[in-house]
Amino acid sequence: MSLILQDVCITPKSGAPLFAPLSLTIGLGQIGAVMGPSGAGKSTLLAAIAGHLPQGFSLSGEITLNGARMNDTAPQLRRIGIMFQDALLFPHLSLADNLAFGLPAQIKGAAARTAAVEQALAAAGLTGMGARDPATLSGGERARAALMRSLLAQPQAILLDEPFSKLDTALRAGIRAFAFDHIRASAIPALIVTHDDNDAAAAGGPFLNLGRQAG
Amino acid sequence: MRDSLPEKTLRAAVLVIAALALFAPIAAGLWHSASAALGHLPALGQSGPSIGPLQDLFAQPGFATALRLTLVTGFSATFVSLALAIALAAFITNGPARIVSRLLAPFLAVPHAAMAVGLAFVLAPSGWIARALAPVLGWARPPDLATVNDAFGAALTLGLVVKETPFLLLVILAALTQIPLRAHISTAQSLGYGLGAVWLKVIVPQLWPLIRLPVCVVLIYNLSVIDMALILGSSNPPTAAVLIARMFSNPDLAQILPASAGAMLLGLMAAASIAALWGGGHAIARLGPIWIRRGGRGAWAATLFSAVAMLGAGLLVLGALAMVSLLLWSLTWRWPWPMLLPESLSFAGWASAMGDFGPALQNTALIALASTALAVALAVAWLETQFKSGHEALIYLPLLIPQISFLFGMNTMLLQLGAQGSIGAVIWAHLLFVFPYMMIALTRPWRGLDPRYARAAASLGAGRLRQLWAVKLPLLLTPICAAVAIGVAVSVAQYLPTLFLGAGRIGTLTTEAVTLASSSDRRITGVVTSLQAGLPFAAYLLAFIIPKIAHRNRSALQGAAA
Repeated sequence: MSLILQDVCITPKSGAPLFAPLSLTIGLGQIGAVMGPSGAGKSTLLAAIAGHLPQGFSLSGEITLNGARMNDTAPQLRRIGIMFQDALLFPHLSLADNLAFGLPAQIKGAAARTAAVEQALAAAGLTGMGARDPATLSGGERARAALMRSLLAQPQAILLDEPFSKLDTALRAGIRAFAFDHIRASAIPALIVTHDDNDAAAAGGPFLNLGRQAG
Repeated sequence: MRDSLPEKTLRAAVLVIAALALFAPIAAGLWHSASAALGHLPALGQSGPSIGPLQDLFAQPGFATALRLTLVTGFSATFVSLALAIALAAFITNGPARIVSRLLAPFLAVPHAAMAVGLAFVLAPSGWIARALAPVLGWARPPDLATVNDAFGAALTLGLVVKETPFLLLVILAALTQIPLRAHISTAQSLGYGLGAVWLKVIVPQLWPLIRLPVCVVLIYNLSVIDMALILGSSNPPTAAVLIARMFSNPDLAQILPASAGAMLLGLMAAASIAALWGGGHAIARLGPIWIRRGGRGAWAATLFSAVAMLGAGLLVLGALAMVSLLLWSLTWRWPWPMLLPESLSFAGWASAMGDFGPALQNTALIALASTALAVALAVAWLETQFKSGHEALIYLPLLIPQISFLFGMNTMLLQLGAQGSIGAVIWAHLLFVFPYMMIALTRPWRGLDPRYARAAASLGAGRLRQLWAVKLPLLLTPICAAVAIGVAVSVAQYLPTLFLGAGRIGTLTTEAVTLASSSDRRITGVVTSLQAGLPFAAYLLAFIIPKIAHRNRSALQGAAA
């Protein structure tokens, strides 16, 4: 059971492939990392895995999650969570409602749902802040809340698109440790793209460098 | 130094001119209408206050039905076009949005009256749809069905929807640039929500505050429309606005008093409708999170969005057919039932109409060019001197009050100034409605222009006027051309301002088209409405071509083409 990329390559409508075909196998609880300079196609790779490949790009190779081929699955059915450098909490919802947005509908009843959200808030060190407007949170708080929202949806894999790059250097290590601990505890494969060597080192999983591969 | 005029004086001067040109006629118009509504009209020897006019108004046969018809058509047309525009936006933003938004240009350019006539051609018992069905259903003659001018206002609602959906769609596409659309859709999809559910739960709540003012403009327009209601609406009883307009034009001058009462009532109804829309939006914003909190992934929403978007696309095709039918009828010689295309074509209609309607064409073009030129000048002066952005609602004001509520009062004011019934009065009235659209079109490009260009010019010794003339205006040529095209389209489409302020003496293609719509000569009607639509089409085409030619060797400005 794992996230497997096999000979994955992304080609713009007119032009050369963004990178040479790449293969990567990430097991449960592992955090793989893809490094590379800006413009190497890291974010486009994650978009392809999540199912949001922009118009004008084509994907070749195989993306498999837990044995199921993902290439043509609708993004909302892939059960692949994604976290961006902007936490992208929805501005019209309170912090608690943002987390409830991730919670599956199978958890029924206001009491049960509130309890699940409260638990996630506590795990993120945000106890008692559920009613807050997300815009009033600090960068670190937003990042922790966004990760919790992704995990509440019970994804089968999670993708991290330079999630720490906008945080203060002082905060970065702490948030990274928080995120990686929670992902490992969820026992799902994760893939981070980054240009920060420290991220890749902390991930400790399979590793690829796009820039070097593409020459 | 040319800049010796203090900034403050300049700003105050522009504010005073704008107030006199735009807000004074509306205020005076409302004042005169309100006085007459309360029975005070010295010109007729009436002095109030009295509730007589209001009683006379309610005694009008069919007045209650007319009010109900107005509310039903106005609100349903607004909600349907909003729903269609949102569903279409959800699909378009997923694909080639730029191309589709270009295809919308004819729908924005075509005047309401021309679209209404074209729809009547297509929908009528002898129209295209019936002709297409005739062989299948074995109709030997046009069916006896009230497919237009129906008592429920269905045809009128359809006409409004076909005309307003593309407008709201463009408004929505512009507003979406202020939302991180892609990222929010990706995030919500990665949490298991399909496209329809993402739009309902994530995008629309953020979109509403950005578009509610234009939606209010559409609502007020729909509640007070005259020309489309005359062409597509039922005639007995008509909508409230048409009933009131008829009373104003009644040879019995005493009817002006209850008509004014009706104008005021419609104005109050419009204000209450805006309040209801605003309040409804707030209520949904309060209650929505309770629904969102339950976390349903809403698979049904995908089906709903597809169905609504298909309906929207279908109505746009209908609108396109309507526009084509205008031109086709104008060239028709013989078109017997149930043929799908004319049997023989001829330019005879054009040849005879060009003589008869030449003056109307000249008036239309003159009024459109003059009111647009004045509006551009005023908008540029405003944007150059007024920097507070809180005036948005004030700029929208003429579009948020039913035209009929203040235009007759404005006419009374001009009567006192001795300028009534002149082409100048008509141009002034058009300016009131062209200016807001000019501001809507120009504000964002103006504020978005890199201020360092003007500063660089200033440091080279260019004064305020030269910065504007030699640097800013050329850089903003593309949005200015687009704004001029919109201004021409808005002016050409005006019916009531031309009718009232021209005192029936200034004929334009629009007033002629509305008069002809009830005639039986489809060829001449086709010619006049084709001409009426042709003017704004030409303006849009020029607005597209002129910047391309002017900037042909300026690659940095090519991308800015709208």
